[in-house]
Amino acid sequence: MELPAFVSMSRVVIVAGKGGVGKTTVSAALAVAAARTGASVLIVEVEGKSGLPACFGRAPLEYEEGELAPGVRARTLSPDLALLEYLGERGMRRLSRRLVNSGAIDVVATAVPGMRDILVLGKVKQLEQSGVADLIIVDAPAAGHAVRFLISPRGLLDAVRVGPVRRQATEVIAMLSDPSRCRVMLVTLPEETPVNELIDTAYALEDRVGVKLGPVFVNECDVDVAADPVTLVRDAELARVDLPVSDAAALAAAIAFRHERAVMQRAQADRLLARLPLPQLRLPLLAGEVGPAQIEQFADALTEGVALLPDGAGEGAPKTGSPASHVIPAGPRRSM
Amino acid sequence: MSALAELVTRQHVIVCCGTGGVGKTTAAATLGMEGARLGRSVVVVTIDPAKRLADALGLEGLGNRPHTITRARWDPQFTAPTSGRLAALMLDTKSTFDGLVRRYARSPEQADRILANSFYRSIAGALSGTQEYMAAEKLNELHDEGNYDLIVVDTPPTRHALDFIDAPHRLTRLLDNRVFRLLMMPTRASLRVASVAAQAFLRTVSRVVGSEVVEDIIAFFRAFEGMEQGFRDRAHAMLELLSDPTTSFVLVTSPRRDACDEAEFFAQRLLETGLVIDALIVNRVHPAFGESNRTDEYRARAAELEHNADCGDVGARAAALRLGAAYGALAELTDLATTEQQQLEDVARRIGARTLATVPVLPHDVHDFATLAEVGAHLFDGVTRRDTRPVHEPG
Repeated sequence: MELPAFVSMSRVVIVAGKGGVGKTTVSAALAVAAARTGASVLIVEVEGKSGLPACFGRAPLEYEEGELAPGVRARTLSPDLALLEYLGERGMRRLSRRLVNSGAIDVVATAVPGMRDILVLGKVKQLEQSGVADLIIVDAPAAGHAVRFLISPRGLLDAVRVGPVRRQATEVIAMLSDPSRCRVMLVTLPEETPVNELIDTAYALEDRVGVKLGPVFVNECDVDVAADPVTLVRDAELARVDLPVSDAAALAAAIAFRHERAVMQRAQADRLLARLPLPQLRLPLLAGEVGPAQIEQFADALTEGVALLPDGAGEGAPKTGSPASHVIPAGPRRSM
Repeated sequence: MSALAELVTRQHVIVCCGTGGVGKTTAAATLGMEGARLGRSVVVVTIDPAKRLADALGLEGLGNRPHTITRARWDPQFTAPTSGRLAALMLDTKSTFDGLVRRYARSPEQADRILANSFYRSIAGALSGTQEYMAAEKLNELHDEGNYDLIVVDTPPTRHALDFIDAPHRLTRLLDNRVFRLLMMPTRASLRVASVAAQAFLRTVSRVVGSEVVEDIIAFFRAFEGMEQGFRDRAHAMLELLSDPTTSFVLVTSPRRDACDEAEFFAQRLLETGLVIDALIVNRVHPAFGESNRTDEYRARAAELEHNADCGDVGARAAALRLGAAYGALAELTDLATTEQQQLEDVARRIGARTLATVPVLPHDVHDFATLAEVGAHLFDGVTRRDTRPVHEPG
C-alpha cells in the first residue's frame, strides 16, 4: 500500500493502547510519515502531560496549536476549555463561565457519565469538520481505557435526553462509526499481557463502539541478529580479524539475548495475529532517548511497513479479515 | 537484609504507585509475597490485575474480601516462618462504595435512597477518581479491622499523581459545593432567596444536560444530608494513615524517559503533600553485556566489518557480515543499557528515593508464583539468577 493512501484512509486516527506501550511515539512517527507525503497533520493530545513535544525537541504544548515540525502541528484538549468554547459558540458563554467558576461543572460531569470524554471527542469532531488538517491524530488518554473513552457518547445518550450535550454525542457517534472519517489504531508491546489486553480492547471497540480498526502497531520489537554465538570465533578467523576473548563473550551474550527476545516476541505477535487478524506494523526498539532523530527512524520503519501492506489493508474487519494479513518482520531473520 | 526487605518487614502499609503499564500489580504481589515469607501476615489489594495473575492469586470470581492463598503456592519448600500468611483481594469499587454509604447512613432507608439514585450510581460506577477513592477506603477498612501486619496496596493507573491521596476529599468537596449546599436546605425560609438563585442556576444547567440529570443531582444531595461529617472524618483518617511513619510509598516505573518523567512528577506532588517515596522500583531494565565506554568502538567495528569489501572469498565476506551484525547488536544493547542506567540513576537521585531496586527485562510474562519469586529475587537480592525456589534467608 502506498503511504499517501494509508494516511488518507480517514481524517481522524485515534491512537490507543494501555499505558507504557508508546502511544505518543507512535503518534509522532505517524505524524512525521504523513507529513512527508505533503499532508498537513494535527496531533491532539488529550489532557495530561506527555512526551510528545520532547519527541520533537520542543517545549510543552498549549491549548492553542503550535508547530512541532514542518507540516506537523499539535495542541492539547481539556474538557473544561472545550466546554467553555462549545457553549460560548452557542451563545451560552455566561452560563459556561458560571458552570466552571462555581465548580458545578465537576458535579455535572460526575452526574453525566462520559461528559468529559464527550466534550473532548466533540471538539475533535469539530476540528475534523472544519478541515483544520488533512490528518488529525488523537493521542488517546493513557490511563483511562480507550474503550471507556470512546464508548462515552453511547453511554451519554442514555443519561442525557435533551440539549446540546446530547446532540454532541449523536454527532460524535456518527463520526466514530464512519471509517472514512475516523479509525482507531491500537498500540501494544509484543508481550503476553499487553497482547491479551489488546485483543480484549480491539473486540470491545468493534462491538461496543462500532469504530473501524486500522493496523496494530507492535512497538519495541527487538531486532534479531543475523549471527550465531557458536560460530563467532570461527567467523573471526574466516574474516581474518582479531576477536578479543572478552568481546566474544559479550557478543555471544548480546546475540543470545536478542534472539531469545525476538523469538518470544514473534510468538506473541503471531498469537496476536491468530486471535486478531489485523495487519501489524512493527516498530523497532531503539536505543537512546526518544527525540527527533528516533522519530524519523520510526517514521522510516512505519513507511517500510506500510509499503508491504496490501492495497485496501485495514478494510477487513477483525472477525472476517484474512488470516494472511501482512506482518512486517521485526528485522532480518536469523540466518542459521 | 536489603532496604526493600526491611520495608516489608517493618512497615504496616505499602502503597505501590506509578503510571500504568510499568508492573505495579506485579510489584505489589512480589512485595506481599516476600512479607509473608518473612513471617508476616500480609494482604495484597489489587486493582485491575491481568487475568493470568488474578488467576494465580486465586482472585477469579471472588468478592471484595481478602482471600487467603494456600501456603504451598507461595512457599513451596515450607521454609517461611509459620506466622507467615498471604491473602489477596481484588478491589470491587461499587460494593466498597455501597458499604461506605451504608456505614454512614443514619437509617437503612437513607442508604437505600442513595444507593438507588442514578447520580450515585454514576459516581459509584467506574468513573475516574472513584476507583482511587475506593482503593484508599479499602486500605482504611483493612487497617481498621486489624487482621494483617502488612497491607500492600496497588493503586489505579493514573495520570494525576495525587488521585489516590486526594480522592477521599473529592466527595467532601462535592458535598461542600456552595450551590448544592443551598439546595440541601430548601425549606428554610431564611435561605429562600439564595435558594431561588440556585434554582435559576439549575434551570440553566438543565438546558445543557436536561432536567432529569439535575433532578437526580438534587435528590442525591438531599439524600446525603447529615452524612457529610462522617465522610469528612473518614477522609481525614485516610490522610493520617497515609502520612503515618509506618506507611511507605513505593514508586514503580520503567527506565523509559516518559515513564521516568511521570515518576518524577508523581514524586514531586507527593513531596508537596509531605509524603516521601521510600523506594523506587524500576522494571524492564535491559542488561548490559558490553562495556558502556566502548559503545562507539563496537559501533565502529560493526561498520568496518560490514563495509569491509577487501575480503575476497564469499565465506570470509559472510563471516565478516555475521560478526558485524553481532557488533552492531552489542553496540545497540550497550547503548540502551547505558542510557537506561543513567536515566534511572537520575530519577532516583532527583526524587530522593532511599532505595533503588531494579528488575531486568525478563524473557517471559510474570503471572504465577514461580515468576513472582523470580522478580522477588531481583528486587530483594539484586541477583540476576533465574531461581523459582524461595529465596529469602530465614531470620
